[in-house]
Amino acid sequence: MQIHRHHLFWPLAMLAALLLFNLIYSPDFYSVQVRGGHLYGTLIDILNFGSPLILVAIGMTLVIATGGIDLSVGSVVAISGAVACLTISRGSDQGSIGLILAAIGLSLALAVVLGLWNGMLVSTIGMQPIVATLILMVAGRGIAQLITSGQIITVTSEPYAYLGSGSLLGLPFSIFVVAALFAAAGLLTRRTALGLFIESVGRNPGASRLAGIRSRYVLIAVYLFCGLCAAIAGLILSSNVSSADGNNAGLWYELDAILAVVIGGTSLTGGRFYLTGTLIGALTIQTLTTTIYMIGVPPEITLVVKAFVVLVVCLVQSETFRKSLAHRWKTRRYPAEREVAKHA
Amino acid sequence: MLKQKYLPIAVTVFLFVVMFLAGSFRYTGFFSLQVLLNLLIDNAFLLIVAVGMTFVIVTGGIDLSVGSVIALTTMISASLVQEQGWPPAVVIPLVLALGALFGWGMGAVIHYFKIQPFIVTLAGMFLARGLCYVISINTITIDDAFYQRMAQTKIHLPGGSFISISVVIAIVVAAAGIYIAHYTRLGRNIYALGGSEQSALLMGLPVASTKIAVYTISGFCSALAGVVFTFYMLSGYGLHAMGLELDAIASVVIGGTLLTGGVGYVFGTLFGVMIQGVIQTIISFEGTLSSWWTKIVIGLLLFLFILFQRVLSARQAAQKA
Repeated sequence: MQIHRHHLFWPLAMLAALLLFNLIYSPDFYSVQVRGGHLYGTLIDILNFGSPLILVAIGMTLVIATGGIDLSVGSVVAISGAVACLTISRGSDQGSIGLILAAIGLSLALAVVLGLWNGMLVSTIGMQPIVATLILMVAGRGIAQLITSGQIITVTSEPYAYLGSGSLLGLPFSIFVVAALFAAAGLLTRRTALGLFIESVGRNPGASRLAGIRSRYVLIAVYLFCGLCAAIAGLILSSNVSSADGNNAGLWYELDAILAVVIGGTSLTGGRFYLTGTLIGALTIQTLTTTIYMIGVPPEITLVVKAFVVLVVCLVQSETFRKSLAHRWKTRRYPAEREVAKHA
Repeated sequence: MLKQKYLPIAVTVFLFVVMFLAGSFRYTGFFSLQVLLNLLIDNAFLLIVAVGMTFVIVTGGIDLSVGSVIALTTMISASLVQEQGWPPAVVIPLVLALGALFGWGMGAVIHYFKIQPFIVTLAGMFLARGLCYVISINTITIDDAFYQRMAQTKIHLPGGSFISISVVIAIVVAAAGIYIAHYTRLGRNIYALGGSEQSALLMGLPVASTKIAVYTISGFCSALAGVVFTFYMLSGYGLHAMGLELDAIASVVIGGTLLTGGVGYVFGTLFGVMIQGVIQTIISFEGTLSSWWTKIVIGLLLFLFILFQRVLSARQAAQKA
């Protein structure tokens, strides 16, 4: 098999190009120091700050594989952070482990409900996924603001802060959460028939129902999983800054997550998905953001760069575009032959 | 007997009347022509955007870039008028042309490379927001005499009430939208394209130019809404009109347009916008409710309307069978 045909070739090439750029322009990008038993450095930061995005993108990959899309992840991120921080701030002893577990349990339970809601709308009622999740995207921000009463809730709880900014074996703890979830998703989809079910529902829901797959439950499960991923991302994000902001937490996350999935080679039409590709896609986006910070360009420019990346990736994926390019390339040197063909 | 195809619009208009009357009974000073006109004054830009969005959704597409294009328009206008000293007579046509060009570009990419409208306009959204920040990351306040006059002029109506110039522009746009949709060849092509692209192609309709025209119209409407928004805010800022695309889509859907394409009326969109305005007004009259309830109520309405449409189309399918 040719190497550039492999589904991870383009995502990896893009990440490698970014890393190479950094090797030339900012060599201290690669320095990793050990301070007080913890590792410090840009690479570690990318993994740490990128972890919420990776989590959301993993959930989004499975949703997109069924031919759907989940626009509500940003709002779910905001809601879960808000619920957790509110629960902790109401407690008498903010440091107690029991309270933290209750807070985490509560926000995960709420995420299950929200995921079920999305899944039911798409599967039982049969709404288009864009519209079904749009409802929660609009209403969810309002709910998050109501929970926080429009203010930023800050908590002073060491065990909670550990989730997003603590470290284990010298590495940020969030990396382990991501690794666990990634492994779980990979095992569930590739070591059981579930992945095949998801892909078949994405390719043709009617045919898979006739083949005996309960498309309805597959769809609900996928949206539920996506909601859970978003909630865990929300917990990590809010624990990292020890506060919850209903307005800005998780803003634009849905777009970044979709971008990560698309860069990873998963097609938006559904029917095929690559979890590893998504992982690389999310890391690429985080590296891009960090690189832009490091070379001193105003960080707001990131949006323009992202716009071009989306467009280029989509053009490369578009068959029409590839064909027309390939045609140009093949006939580039034979104007005479073209003339002959024209008059033949 | 009401024709079945007008049923969604009738429900929307009925809901608007009920909400307005409910507000009138509950709060003193609610039932007045001025409150009704204020709905238009505060939502003129939303109406303009929603008219453009209606055309896009009728073809079965979606345009997520509208909010960002508004922000970009305010930013370009503010920076050219305020910092470069260009006359508004040059700047306004220029930004309108830029908006149309932006929409045209997205339409061309969507059609010729067969990429989903969702993702192309998403890229457009990033691009326009990003370009705002390239111009400046701060607010640029406009104190140009023309913009001030446009912002403050009140057109008095008989009975002591007034409207702003933005309202006149919005109503003209809505009227033009209704005219294009129902009385021109382009309008028919748009509905045909939304009904079935395959059939439209086989019938020999100009699918390419219609599709691109729809996104151009939406881009133009967004830019015009941006101009009106500049009159309203008297400033340019990259964070203006955040999330407006959702409000616009919600207006269109509440107005009875099917997101699958082929069915919908600009007239319904007008009431979709007005319903959102009434919700905001009721919540501000209530006083104790947080303004975040607006978003939740709009989300809920969106849900009910889509559900209603599903039931309706299921019934139609059952009748045909």
